[in-house]
Amino acid sequence: MAEVLVYVDHVDGAVRKPTLELLTLARRVGEPVAVALGNGAGDTAAALAEHGAVKVLTHEAAEYADYLVVPKVDALQAAVEAVSPAAVLVPSSAEGKEIAARLALRLGSGVITDAVDLEAGDEGPVATQSVFAAAFTTKSRVSKGTPVITVKPNSAAVEAAPAAGAVEALSVSFSAQATGTKVTSRTPRESTGRPELTEAAIVVSGGRGVNGAENFAIIEALADSLGAAVGASRAAVDAGWYPHTNQVGQTGKSVSPQLYIASGISGAIQHRAGMQTSKTIVAINKDAEAPIFDLVDYGVVGDLFDVVPQLTEEVKTRKG
Amino acid sequence: MSLRIVVTVKYVPDATGDRHFADDLTVDRDDVDGLLSELDEYAVEQALQISENSDDDVEITVLTVGPEDAKDALRKALSMGADKAIHVEDDDLHGTDAIGTSLVLAKAIEKAGYDLVVSGMASTDGTMGVVPALLAERLGVPQVTLLSEVSVEDGTVKGRRDGDSATEQLEASLPAVVSVTDQSGEARYPSFKGIMAAKKKPVQSWDLSDLDIDEDEVGLENAYTTVDSATERPARTAGTIVKDEGEGGKQLAAFLAERKFV
Repeated sequence: MAEVLVYVDHVDGAVRKPTLELLTLARRVGEPVAVALGNGAGDTAAALAEHGAVKVLTHEAAEYADYLVVPKVDALQAAVEAVSPAAVLVPSSAEGKEIAARLALRLGSGVITDAVDLEAGDEGPVATQSVFAAAFTTKSRVSKGTPVITVKPNSAAVEAAPAAGAVEALSVSFSAQATGTKVTSRTPRESTGRPELTEAAIVVSGGRGVNGAENFAIIEALADSLGAAVGASRAAVDAGWYPHTNQVGQTGKSVSPQLYIASGISGAIQHRAGMQTSKTIVAINKDAEAPIFDLVDYGVVGDLFDVVPQLTEEVKTRKG
Repeated sequence: MSLRIVVTVKYVPDATGDRHFADDLTVDRDDVDGLLSELDEYAVEQALQISENSDDDVEITVLTVGPEDAKDALRKALSMGADKAIHVEDDDLHGTDAIGTSLVLAKAIEKAGYDLVVSGMASTDGTMGVVPALLAERLGVPQVTLLSEVSVEDGTVKGRRDGDSATEQLEASLPAVVSVTDQSGEARYPSFKGIMAAKKKPVQSWDLSDLDIDEDEVGLENAYTTVDSATERPARTAGTIVKDEGEGGKQLAAFLAERKFV
């Protein structure tokens, strides 16, 4: 069976969930061979093996943290040359897409980004994408070279499938471009203790109707009662009520959780572009005419300052 | 000293229009009005700010690849304050994918001459966000991408990248490719004076032969990816909508419980 390279997104050896989802999808197309780079690369092996990696190629070097993107492209290229895979899968983060694009160009291959599903086809992997603010679903494939495909978080359920996960050192020689862009400082974002927005199973978002930074506490309380991530519309972010890293929409994050709760969000096309693929959509808005209600499985026309705290209390009661 | 900035921009179908596919599964551009991609306005703005903050002579060229109408995007950028424009237009470009587009842009950037390329973080139609990285790879220069802050001084570009887990400060020597996010700063509106001045600014038109690109390197037939099908997402079945009369939160909780979220 053909091998499929899976780029591992990890933090000091802790594998992030989208990578485990990729391993599940990779098994539909071939035998997953994981590539883990940087500090703690070797520590990823157990988790990767448990989820189907037959082999884990690792390489640790300071370059991965000290310079932007290119060292990782060099390493993936080395892995492709070592393995001759049927495809390369990369998580669809901002950095993942840049890595995938540069790798594809070097390989003389096409690149598909933001796939939401992947299946085997007669002419290589077939990727499903959701386009035009999720108004259309396309099926595409890479028609030249080794397919390089990035996959969005929450595109597959994580399934355990124990495999050998034999660790092998990858030999990498960095290109002249590798040290072109220096990372002169890195300030880790303070953890809120909540799930990562793009990976969360439930997202609770607030918009213009929240009407002030201090009122986001109401949204956060609901999120915490459900174990959810907090999102914000562009209007709320532009008003300075919530950080840009939490923005859901065309110019922010695109999310696809099991449940999306929009509070005080009218549902402009730019916002819908970032959340329309959510499985279950719920909205709370004073304006019965708000376009968000066209999308919902359940909507409450009402004042979020009444509805959200009552919902939070009821969720807590039901959870006991 | 002088600094030559090339800003890449894209003419895209208006997202508030009814976007759909043509029979060949490329984006139908005839039925929806086009405009300068909103995210590229931020790139034009940052180029203008770099120019305004610089002691050097700065020349800003806006570059687009697209059909005849794409000149509208160039005019908008010129009216914001860019100095000149280049329009790459060729019938053989129809259906070109991101890899092919990056080839055309890179050749045009090299022909124009540059010290710095500034792009938006992504187009608002394809939303791939890969072209700046592809340009850096093709041009063999550093990529300093997804910046919310950017500055250029003494042949060095510096910027701040706000990632998911950390904020990074980045630095590279020119020449380089930069991309900026919508957090980099509100784009200015063209003034009446700017709009009048734009009419007199030069717009050069190049085709594939001007860029030494063969027709078999671009276009739908030669794309590196193939779209096999595009189907309209079925309309969502109408959901339940209730009016809050004091129990709205509880009713919603019951719905969430029924769906096993609670």
